[in-house]
Amino acid sequence: MTEPDAETTALAPVADDAPHRARRGRNLAIALGLVGFVVLVYLVTVFRMGGNVLDRPL
Amino acid sequence: MTPPAAVPTVSPARWQDFVQLLKPRVMSLVVFTAATGLICAGAPIHPVMGAIAILCIAVGAGASASLNMWYDADIDARMRRTRGRPVPAGRVQSADALALGIVLSLFSVMLLGLALNWLAAGLLAFTIFFYAVVYTMWLKRWTAQNIVIGGLAGALPPVIGWAAAAGQAPLDAWILCAIIFMWTPPHFWALSLYTSEDYAAAGVPMLPVTAGAAVTRRQIWIYSLLLIPVCLAPAATGLGGAAYLAVAALGGAVFLLLAWRVRMGRAGDAADPRVTDGLYDVKAAARDARNLFAYSILYLTLLFATLLGEHLLGGAAPGLPGGLT
Repeated sequence: MTEPDAETTALAPVADDAPHRARRGRNLAIALGLVGFVVLVYLVTVFRMGGNVLDRPL
Repeated sequence: MTPPAAVPTVSPARWQDFVQLLKPRVMSLVVFTAATGLICAGAPIHPVMGAIAILCIAVGAGASASLNMWYDADIDARMRRTRGRPVPAGRVQSADALALGIVLSLFSVMLLGLALNWLAAGLLAFTIFFYAVVYTMWLKRWTAQNIVIGGLAGALPPVIGWAAAAGQAPLDAWILCAIIFMWTPPHFWALSLYTSEDYAAAGVPMLPVTAGAAVTRRQIWIYSLLLIPVCLAPAATGLGGAAYLAVAALGGAVFLLLAWRVRMGRAGDAADPRVTDGLYDVKAAARDARNLFAYSILYLTLLFATLLGEHLLGGAAPGLPGGLT
């Protein structure tokens, strides 16, 4: 058994960091986009219905 | 000019790269002109719905830009101005740009239709199709009239904004469209006079490449003469007030002066013997073209800002309720 190369061990997380951060950023952007879209549809629903919600026979 | 170096390793795309695919600066112009159309319509529309309409139009414009970058990656890679874009630079896969463009097109058109009305949604769908298919895939590589006809795509956002608010597209909305449509040729040809080497290298048949600088300068002058009366039209129909008339007339006079200087100058004639690292160094003879290009942006901005201001402040013509209600 050989010990892991100290230099490799130290550099490995740094080398993997950029793709990881990029993926994380993309995932967050997609999540925000989806949440934003849901909020938009909610707002459209509310404002399209407006006061018409109460305009019905009770 | 050497072709761009091949990208040895494709670094993972960041979310900022996808934002760049949407051409944010073009989107900001679209937001501005669409908002002008929406407010000038004078129709009762809730501010939140108005903002959603503008967002849909902006996203639709971004979608068409992404489709443009997907299709034009080969051209973009050969031009200094565009070779740093995400697709030719290798930061975003071509298929991802295509997917983003299609998905955002569908979402923006559907949401605009469901939230506002289907006339606006139809106009937005047509605009995306016209820019991505008619201009990008057909006109751009085929004819020197590419930016004349293709300019319609950039001219339609105020009509979409108007239709979103009012559910119709009357003459005044199309006058706003005509202003941008007639403004586009002198604007882009002034730019192409000092970037024609890039267009030639990329094989794009811009007018200075196919017909020469002298013809381009004459065409700039002719289109400028046609543009100013169109810019004055809102004052005649009542869409614009006294402030608009003053801005359109005085600004138009300056526009004509700068266009005349281009007409009588030598912009685009001779290649600059200097070789520098600057993106587009202003050649001495091309300064007139550069001035017209820069001023054309200012002029269009002033026209629409004045209209916007008049309608927001209630200074619009009689019979046209101003602003959002």
